[in-house]
Amino acid sequence: MAVTTETREQVKALDKYKYGFVTDIEMETAPKGLDEDTVRFISAKKNEPAWMLEWRLKAFRHWLGMKEPAWAKVSYPPIDFQNAYYYAAPKKKPTVKSLDEVDPELLETYKKLGIPLAEQERLAGVAVDAVFDSVSVATTYKGKLEKMGIIFCSISEAMQKHPELVRQYIGTVVPYTDNFYATLNSAVFSDGSFVYVPKGVRCPMELSTYFRINASETGQFERTLIVADAGSYVSYLEGCTAPMRDENQLHAAVVELVALDDAEIKYSTVQNWYPGDENGKGGIYNFVTKRGACRGRNSKISWTQVETGSAITWKYPSCILQGDNSQGEFYSVAITNNYQQADTGTKMIHLGKNTRSRIISKGISAGHAQNTYRGLVRVGPRAEGARNYTQCDSLLIGDKCGAHTVPYIESKNRSARVEHEATTSKISDDQLFYCRQRGLSEEDAVSLIVNGFCKDVLQELPMEFAVEAQKLVAISLEGSVG
Amino acid sequence: MLEIKDLHATVDGKEILRGLSLSIKAGEVHAIMGPNGSGKSTLSYVLAGRDGYAVTKGEVLYRGKNLLAMEPEVRAAEGVFLAFQYPVEIPGVSNTTFLKHALNAVRKHRGESELDAMQFVKLLRETMKKLGMSEEMLKRAVNVGFSGGEKKRNEVLQMALLKPAFAVLDETDSGLDIDALKVVSDGVNSLRAPDRAMLVITHYQRLLDYIVPDHVHVLAKGRIVRSGDKSLALELEKSGYAAFAKEAA
Repeated sequence: MAVTTETREQVKALDKYKYGFVTDIEMETAPKGLDEDTVRFISAKKNEPAWMLEWRLKAFRHWLGMKEPAWAKVSYPPIDFQNAYYYAAPKKKPTVKSLDEVDPELLETYKKLGIPLAEQERLAGVAVDAVFDSVSVATTYKGKLEKMGIIFCSISEAMQKHPELVRQYIGTVVPYTDNFYATLNSAVFSDGSFVYVPKGVRCPMELSTYFRINASETGQFERTLIVADAGSYVSYLEGCTAPMRDENQLHAAVVELVALDDAEIKYSTVQNWYPGDENGKGGIYNFVTKRGACRGRNSKISWTQVETGSAITWKYPSCILQGDNSQGEFYSVAITNNYQQADTGTKMIHLGKNTRSRIISKGISAGHAQNTYRGLVRVGPRAEGARNYTQCDSLLIGDKCGAHTVPYIESKNRSARVEHEATTSKISDDQLFYCRQRGLSEEDAVSLIVNGFCKDVLQELPMEFAVEAQKLVAISLEGSVG
Repeated sequence: MLEIKDLHATVDGKEILRGLSLSIKAGEVHAIMGPNGSGKSTLSYVLAGRDGYAVTKGEVLYRGKNLLAMEPEVRAAEGVFLAFQYPVEIPGVSNTTFLKHALNAVRKHRGESELDAMQFVKLLRETMKKLGMSEEMLKRAVNVGFSGGEKKRNEVLQMALLKPAFAVLDETDSGLDIDALKVVSDGVNSLRAPDRAMLVITHYQRLLDYIVPDHVHVLAKGRIVRSGDKSLALELEKSGYAAFAKEAA
């Protein structure tokens, strides 16, 4: 009887977080801890040019003098940065020409994640640069993209093959002095994606990366750089899952986007890292710096995010609207359940004339979770005719969770127009009963109501992601009612 | 179809239904009339299975099954439908999406195949045409920004789609002007069928001019104190509820 119960519990736990498995592959790791030697080790492992090592070291030295930020509405025990590994790579070095050469165990992992690489090539329109822990193992569709002059590879590879491009843009949007986590990332980043779309090219497919944290106690420091040259267009998808862990795992990624004249970048994220268990034990700390620079005239950057995972999310995908007539957009759904904490939002910095920005944020809070929207809209003195529209809606499920909205608005130009709307509502018993009376189960009813609440954001996602996101919304809130 | 025996129910510990018995056969339309606080809405919520309405005594058999043991969504799937007095707004969920989810949930329970988008839209169009409704209200979010009349018409549309065996209409006439009342009543009348029973709950006799019942019951203090045919409603309109309230005491 007791065994049966235990088994049932285990199965239930698996069910709750179906990506909670660990792949048994030997790791080649840097020694635990963080000092200049760790930085040199990583750089040497990646065979980086001298300037890159110099840049990393500058960042590391700067980081030593920095303090962790404390202004976000999140709380967690102090992180011991010396008690972590900063580099881990699958030992069987995956220099593969085809998928057949990839470690079968890795392929199995992807299968569990729902991205069978074997089928990826046949999957219409999606190229995947899969990141397994810190090193990219396989990239598909490269050939097709190469013909159009589009570069889509790991940033390590880009450093070998296109060092001049990397050097020209890396750190120009998020400088190595930017903030505690971004600076740490600059010193120890392991890998990430690099995209360059040449002048006038419209990338014909969604570029997609699956991230996955696997090694215990390995902080993940991804670094992604996307450059859209004049008149080009690219849509990039980022989706994440991580195995179940008891220790908290730090993830401090940096994403930099650069859009030149008339270029457009659409960056979509579905984030589903392990959020910790029902009692708030474990889970990923997600401290991310994402920023895009609309450098050129008429350029546009659009962030869409669906954040359902992580124990703590600290993330503000932002747009610097330098070019005249440039546009920034931020569409966000952040769902927190149990003891999750999210402090997320955006910054729209209007510098150029007639720059426009639009912010739609939907925060959903259930259980004991805390969900904060924090956003800055800044209009510089030369941003004639700048316009912003912000809408922040919060939905509460139950009476033990919290929703907070913290908008900052700074305008130094009289011609600017900035609008902010905010609402807070609850899923009412009336709504639930109405749906159930029409035949929907309680969970389906919650999912329907919440998906309705998020609709304005979900419809911004590329089609294949939108379906996944809707399911994720439902899964994230399982057990939140009743 | 429905057999209510000596039903007692409390809300927040207060007894509202106090020994209500009622028997409804397939094909019949029953009307329940009664003053405020007599337990009309409580009866409809108890039948639909809303939380917070505790049955302390008695039983309800629906097609021979114990209705009170079923979850609300199971009752719905088994063919019990409640047309709400105050239909609820669900922002962001289009009426079409909601109707499709509801219909497919019910079809699934009944062992029927779920309808795909094309099949569903076809069925929806046909149903609306029959009821003389404009398709414009399909695009809007469920009941959001609907007028009182539109909300009630939307309830009738749902009923027509879900094809319940037993429908409770809770004060369907409230908030309706004469024109809207006529449209809604026509819709309800078109759904009368030999295999379908209805329980119409109302304050006023007016509704019963349009939806003519086979039986009329007067509810007072949680109990049925008088039953008769449609002439009872007219009598009630003249004499008021006070006389019946005394009978209940």
